[in-house]
Amino acid sequence: MNAAVVTGIGVVAPNGMNTEEYWNATLTARSGIGRITRFAPDGYRATLAGEIRGFDPAAHLPGRLVPQTDHSTRLSLVAADEAVRDAGLDIGELPEYGVGVVTANSAGGFEFGHQELDNLWRKGPEYVSAYQSFAWFYAVNTGQISIRHGLRGPGGVLVSDEAGGLDALAQARRLLRRGLSAVVTGAVDGSLCPWGWIAQTATGQLSAAEDPRLAYRPFDEEAAGFVPGEGGAMLVLEDEAAARKRGAPGVRGRILGHAATFGPKPGTVPPDDATALRRAIELALADAGADARDIDAVFADAAGVPDLDRAEATALTAVFGGRELPVCVPKTLTGRLCAGAGPLDVATALLALRDGVLPPAVHTRPSPRYGLSVVVGRPRELRMRAVLVVARGLGGFNSAMVVGGSH
Amino acid sequence: MAREVVITGVGVVAPGGIGSKPFWDLLVSGRTATRTITHFDASPYRSTIAAECDFDAAAEGLTSEEAGRLDRATQFAVVATREAVGDSGLDAAELDPYRTGVTIGSAVGCTTSLEREYAVASHGGRDWLVDPDLAVPHLYDYYVPSSMAAEVAWTVGAQGPCSVVSTGCTSGLDAVGHAVRLIEEGSADVMVAGGTDAPISPITVACFDAIRATTPRNDEPATASRPFDRSRNGFVLGEGCAVFVLEERERARARGAHVYAGVGGFASRCNAFHMTGLRPDGKEMAAAIETALVEAGVAADEVSYINAHGSGTKQNDRHETAAFKKALGAHAHRTPVSSIKSMIGHSLGAIGSVELAACALAIENGAIPPTANLHEPDPECDLDYVPLVAREAQLDVVLSVGSGFGGFQSAMVLTGPGRAER
Repeated sequence: MNAAVVTGIGVVAPNGMNTEEYWNATLTARSGIGRITRFAPDGYRATLAGEIRGFDPAAHLPGRLVPQTDHSTRLSLVAADEAVRDAGLDIGELPEYGVGVVTANSAGGFEFGHQELDNLWRKGPEYVSAYQSFAWFYAVNTGQISIRHGLRGPGGVLVSDEAGGLDALAQARRLLRRGLSAVVTGAVDGSLCPWGWIAQTATGQLSAAEDPRLAYRPFDEEAAGFVPGEGGAMLVLEDEAAARKRGAPGVRGRILGHAATFGPKPGTVPPDDATALRRAIELALADAGADARDIDAVFADAAGVPDLDRAEATALTAVFGGRELPVCVPKTLTGRLCAGAGPLDVATALLALRDGVLPPAVHTRPSPRYGLSVVVGRPRELRMRAVLVVARGLGGFNSAMVVGGSH
Repeated sequence: MAREVVITGVGVVAPGGIGSKPFWDLLVSGRTATRTITHFDASPYRSTIAAECDFDAAAEGLTSEEAGRLDRATQFAVVATREAVGDSGLDAAELDPYRTGVTIGSAVGCTTSLEREYAVASHGGRDWLVDPDLAVPHLYDYYVPSSMAAEVAWTVGAQGPCSVVSTGCTSGLDAVGHAVRLIEEGSADVMVAGGTDAPISPITVACFDAIRATTPRNDEPATASRPFDRSRNGFVLGEGCAVFVLEERERARARGAHVYAGVGGFASRCNAFHMTGLRPDGKEMAAAIETALVEAGVAADEVSYINAHGSGTKQNDRHETAAFKKALGAHAHRTPVSSIKSMIGHSLGAIGSVELAACALAIENGAIPPTANLHEPDPECDLDYVPLVAREAQLDVVLSVGSGFGGFQSAMVLTGPGRAER
């Protein structure tokens, strides 16, 4: 069977608005986390976020797209543009229905939706935008990317909270196995509007800290929640033979394996139960035909919530035993990007595999009781063949993906 | 040998009746369940009609805690799941949790609860900076609709792959299609899959008003949904849910399960054209149909019934008629086509599953539900749309299609239980 190869990467993140800018920021530990500026966060239970600042949609997108799109959709389109460009994808040269789009989402174009709820409830029905019917819903990014690039193969949209981004990449790989040439896939997510913010703070999992250095410290004794953010990554995933045939400019890496599981109902097991997550990791390794020893590093979900950190550490140590396996948390620089987190971690993993260097986590002082070798302080050089990416969503969604380098 | 997938359980929550039997009885009666909106005062809106479910959470076995916490669409999904699992004869205690998964389609998720809570937190719309102290503790479950799939997974104890599929108005078909792939590839043996939406709320009514997608035939609510009729002028918003138990065929056979139908083929395409517009030639929908037929191993002239998307908008019904002709050729004119949206409206991300339930029940009962309110066909819609009256028919190959905002076009082929696929 041909492998699913990544031939294009597009990144929009709080600390970098394209792949190389993001990667440089990540290796030099430049954080994108700060006090929210898009609205006044005073009085809310959390005030810090990984915000994308200074984004001018008109500089990237046709004028007609701006009024009909949410901020997160504009960012998705920018990331997809970069990925398609990076892959050198010429849609006209590929089979008519041979290129699909699969994205993940958590809350749709939520800020757009907030604005229209405001119009409806404050002013009246006749003030609701003609674009509301599609600008806010979960399918919007797949639809808009398909239209912008003329992609007429299968379209997909998955919602499984923060695990969804990896699930989308896995679905893209599934489509390639069924004969598609290429899929534009990933997730760019986030809703930093007041209405989205109170929904996120309602979980009680967000950090209340006001100092960015103290806010998001996964696997630390002092961990007390996480910082959410906006952004993510889009990839071009191709069938290896199809990529070779069209002369793709480069292979950035491979998606080797994936599995998703779901946890038992909360309250029926201890909150740090790791069984379902461990199962997802083991199944992903099996899907990749890999052994635990074949994995050179882990990009952790890193919830920053003590029970969840404990569950992840338990699952990782159960699978990887007493090995000194490096664990990376580049999302300490961006915050957790909901559905965007998994694809951004996969993009980061591909860059790490390419350059033989693992990015550091910031601000966290990993507790020895977790038994994890978290990469902190400065980048760690390491030649690697394959890494594991883990993502979890609220409610019990677990997704694990094995990512390999270009060779 | 390739793994095949069969439907062994069906659960439905629909306008006109809760449960698959009342649902089917309504469909073959040709009665309609569209009416003036009662969920809220819709009088200021352009379209004031909907197909509402008469749903009493307590009577359907939900606790008051569930009724208070779960969005209406999630409540539908839990109730339909219980019916489907009961119908399948599966013993939940005997399911291998990790071999059992969930895919739930929804176009707009928990939008009704989100709007209700927004109205509270914004003091009736006055404050842009909504009040965090007025947020319900489970607000995040409305914000990210994967909570719907989670609730269904907990209902059946599933711990395999679990997700919401949200491709607009094809979500209900695509969620089942996704579940079929997971069984075929061996990621699960049993999938609980379906679609649910309960969108009859001010913001959703207003958003379709804004683009004149829904019918303003407010003085004739019972006959307002008129797919393929010359006088059609928009769809009628609906709500509802259908959930299936899907199983790998050999597993179902081994336990002696009743099989409604096999899922022979599925395909989806994007039109890459417009977020709400359709090209009149129906090309991408035709491509989806052709691929689904090939996968099912059936020839176009073996299709014995098409359950149409048939929303009742001017452009949809033409688009779809063109697609059927393109995909089935001359056989399109010999094939009965009907739209149950004429009776139960358009429940967005649920309808693909609800229509698939109608297909499974049509195979089971040997009858084709009619297109209600079709008195004068549009000359541009010149197929056999089974007007007004149900028709007896032995159905062996049934096609169901969907079309949605975003450009999504999907097609699924169901085959009679006795037919060996491929």
